[in-house]
Amino acid sequence: MEMPPPDTAVIARKDDIVARLQAVLPKGAVISHPEETRAYECDALTAYRCPPLCAVLPASTEEVSAVLKICHEERVPVVPRGSGTSLSGGALPTADSVILGVARLNEVLETDCENRFIRVQAGRTNLSVTGEVEDQGFFYAPDPSSQLACAIAGNIGMNSGGAHCLKYGVTTNNLLGVTMVLMDGTVVELGGAHLDAPGLDLLGVICGSEGQLGVVTEATLRILPRPEGARPILMAFGSNEAAGECVSDIIRAGVLPVAIEFMDRPCIRATEAFAHAGYPDCEALLIVEVEGAPAEIDAQLGLIKQIARRHDPIELRESGSEEESARIWLGRKAAFGAMGRISDYMCLDGVIPVSALPEVLHRIGEMSEEFGLDVANVFHAGDGNLHPLILYDANKPGDLETCEALGAEILRLCVRAGGCLTGEHGVGVEKRDLMAAQFSPQDMEAQLRVKDVFDPAWLLNPAKVFPLDVTAPRRQAR
Amino acid sequence: MIAPENEQDLAEAVASAQGGLRIEGGGTRGLAGSAGEVLSLAALQGVDLYDPGAMTIVVRAGTPLAEVETVLARENQRLAFEPMDHRPLLGTAGEPTIGGVVAANVSGPRRIQAGACRDSLIGVRFVDGRGAVVKNGGRVMKNVTGYDLVKLMAGSHGTLGVLSEVSLKVLPRDACAASVSIRGLSDGRAVQAMAAALGSPHDVSGAAHLPSSDGAQATTMIRLEGFDTSIAHRSERICDLLAGFGEVAVESDPARVAAAWQSLRDVETFHGRPGDVWRISVKPSDAPALVDRLPALGVQYDWGGGLIWVLTSEGSDLRPKMADVAGHATLVRASPETRARIPTFHPEPAPLAAISAGLRAKFDPRAILNPGVMD
Repeated sequence: MEMPPPDTAVIARKDDIVARLQAVLPKGAVISHPEETRAYECDALTAYRCPPLCAVLPASTEEVSAVLKICHEERVPVVPRGSGTSLSGGALPTADSVILGVARLNEVLETDCENRFIRVQAGRTNLSVTGEVEDQGFFYAPDPSSQLACAIAGNIGMNSGGAHCLKYGVTTNNLLGVTMVLMDGTVVELGGAHLDAPGLDLLGVICGSEGQLGVVTEATLRILPRPEGARPILMAFGSNEAAGECVSDIIRAGVLPVAIEFMDRPCIRATEAFAHAGYPDCEALLIVEVEGAPAEIDAQLGLIKQIARRHDPIELRESGSEEESARIWLGRKAAFGAMGRISDYMCLDGVIPVSALPEVLHRIGEMSEEFGLDVANVFHAGDGNLHPLILYDANKPGDLETCEALGAEILRLCVRAGGCLTGEHGVGVEKRDLMAAQFSPQDMEAQLRVKDVFDPAWLLNPAKVFPLDVTAPRRQAR
Repeated sequence: MIAPENEQDLAEAVASAQGGLRIEGGGTRGLAGSAGEVLSLAALQGVDLYDPGAMTIVVRAGTPLAEVETVLARENQRLAFEPMDHRPLLGTAGEPTIGGVVAANVSGPRRIQAGACRDSLIGVRFVDGRGAVVKNGGRVMKNVTGYDLVKLMAGSHGTLGVLSEVSLKVLPRDACAASVSIRGLSDGRAVQAMAAALGSPHDVSGAAHLPSSDGAQATTMIRLEGFDTSIAHRSERICDLLAGFGEVAVESDPARVAAAWQSLRDVETFHGRPGDVWRISVKPSDAPALVDRLPALGVQYDWGGGLIWVLTSEGSDLRPKMADVAGHATLVRASPETRARIPTFHPEPAPLAAISAGLRAKFDPRAILNPGVMD
C-alpha cells in the first residue's frame, strides 16, 4: 500500500511541534516517545503500519480546537482516530502526521427520553450509548460488530451500519447533530435535538467523510424505544441461490425484518468448530429476526416460513425462548472470531442489489477457485451488504498480494452488479485505489471540491479515500 | 424556456447558459426568489429501474410524483417519507415531480418514524453549474463509498446542481392503519401525550396536534400502521397508555384514516386562508412555549411537536421570537414584498454560512443555478 512520502521538514520540527502541543494540553495528553507512538501505528487493518509523529488525546472541544489550530499553522497533517477499529485503515498514520485520538472525549452530556435524543462526547463507545438509556427502555440503533469498542466519532466518520440497519438505518439516519472543529480550529455546531437542516444538509456530507472534513467532538443521537420483543428464525438451505432468492422474496412480500443475516458453508463450518452453536450442516443459512409483541412476531415468522418453504429448506428452526435466540445468534456473532482462529483473513464490505445475490455469490465461488484462496461469506443479506472473508496465510510470501488482488476483483464485481465498494467499513486506504472503478473523474472531482471548502490546505487525513494520484496536486499545494 | 429531453442536453443547456436559470420540476413548490430563464425538467421522465425485491427505484427527475407512487403501489410498496402536496397551500398548479420533492427534501408526518426524504434517497445524478454530469451514491441501500453528496443534494433546492436522476429506497405499503385520537388537550399536554406514544415500543408512524380554533375542539392524533393483528394490539396499548390524558377514540376505517393524515400532511386547516405560512423545526418539548409567543392566526403541530406550521398576518418575522430556542424557521408562503425583507431560510451562523457559500461557489461558480433561492 503506497502512502505519500512524509514531509521531512515536518519531521525535522518534531520537537517544536510537540512542545507547542504540550503547551495547550494537560500533562500526558501528548504521546511522542517512539516506543509509545507505536500504539498508534495501525488500526484494525493491521497489514499496514507506520508510527505517527506523535499522538494527542484532547479531552474537550476547546483542546481539539487548540490542537488543530497549531497543526494548521505548522502545516502538519492530522489523522483523527476513534477507537482504532477501522477495517479499512481509516486511522493509518503517516510519519509526518499527528494522530488525534478522541478516547478522552467520553462524557454523556445530556439524556432526554421525552424528546428521544442523547448528546455525548464523540469518543464514547457505541454500546455504552445504549447502556446509558436502556433502563428507560431506549436504545441507539446502529450496531456495528465492533460496538463494544468502537467510538461514535468513528461511526460518524465511516457512517457505520450493523446487523439491524435494514429497519433502523445506518449512522447518518440516526445522527441529529454534531459539534465539529474545522482544521483551522473553528468550532461549528450542526443540527441538534430538532430535525433537518435550515440550509444545505452539511451534517449529511460530514457523516461518512472519514475524518477528512473536520473533527467531530460531540454528537446528538436519535434514540428509539426498545420493541416489546424480538425473535429470530434460522433457516437452512441446500444452495446459496435458494437462500438468496428467499431473501428477495421475503422483502418483496412486504415483511420488513430487523435483520437478515447470511452465512455460507465455509463460514458455517468454521463457526461450528469454534462456537458449537449447533447450526445445521448445509450450504447456506439465514438468520431472520423480527420484532414486536408475541402475536406480531408469530404472524411475521409465519409468513416468513411460508415463503422459505417455497425454496426447499433443509431446516426451519424458530426460536422459542431467550436461550434459543441466543444460540441462533451465537454462531453469527462468533463468525469473525472463528474465521480468525483458522486463518488470516481479509474482510470485504461490498454491496450489491439483493436481487443479484445468487449470481454474485456464484461468481465469487468461481473466482475463489481461480485465485486458489478460500472465501467464506457472512453478511447482512437484507440490504445486500456482503462481507466475503478471503482466507490467506500472512507468512506465505505472495499470499497477501494474491488475497488483495482477489479482493479487488470481488469489489469490482460488486460495482458491475450495480453495487458499490463499501457499505459500512469505509474506503480508508484499503479501497482508495479502486475508487475509479465506481466513480468517473468528474464524480471524484465533485467530492474533492467539498474537501477544498472544509479543509483548503488538505491537512485532515489527506492520504485516504481518493487515489493518491488524484489528490496529489491538492496535497502538494499545501 | 429550455426543456432538455435527456441528461446530455441538460448538461449542454447548463454549460451554455448565459445567465441565471430558474429550475422547474412541476412548478408546484413555489420557489421564491428565483430569477432567470426557466429550465424545465418536465421532459426528463421515466422509471429507469424498479427492483421491488431490493426495495429500490431509480427515476428521472422530471417524472411526476403521482406516476412514481402508482408504479410502487402496483408492487404494494410506497415512498416512506410521505411527501406533501404543496399546491392547495401555495395556490400553485401543475404536476409535482420526484426531482422537485428531492430538491426540497419534502417530508411528511411519517418523517419521525421512517426518516426524511434525504434518508430514503440513495443515489443521484446531477448536472453542476459548469455543465458537468456527476453521479453519487447508487442503487443500493448501504453505501459509504466516498462522500455522501446524495444528502447534500437533497434539500439544496437546485443551487448545487440540477438533478437528472434520483434513486430511492422504498418500503412495503402497510396493509392497515389506525388513528388514535384525544380531544381537548392543551398544546403542552398534547406534546406530552405524543411523547408518551412516541416513547412507547408501538412504532408510531405519525403524531400530530391541531389546537382548538373557531370553537372546534383541539385534536391530538397518533397513527399506527402495519398488519391487522399488529394494529389491533398496538392501538389497544396506545389507548391504555394515553388513557390518563383524556377520552381516547380509535379510527380504523382505512379511507378515513388516510384522509385525516393527508389533511395533516397538506396542512389543510390553512387552505384558503390569507396570511404568511411558516414551518418551524424545534425540539418537541420547546414547541408549546414558543407557540405561545408567536402572533399566530393558525397552528398545527406535527412530528410529535417537533414541526410547527404557523399561519401569521402578512409580513411578521417570527425568527426574533426564536432567539433563545434551538431550531429553524422557513418562510413557506409570503408576498414578494415580505420575501424582499425576510429570507426564506433561517440564517446560518457565520462559519456555516461561509461553508455553504463555499460549496455553492465550487459547484456553481457562475452562480447561475436558481440564483437567490437559498440566500
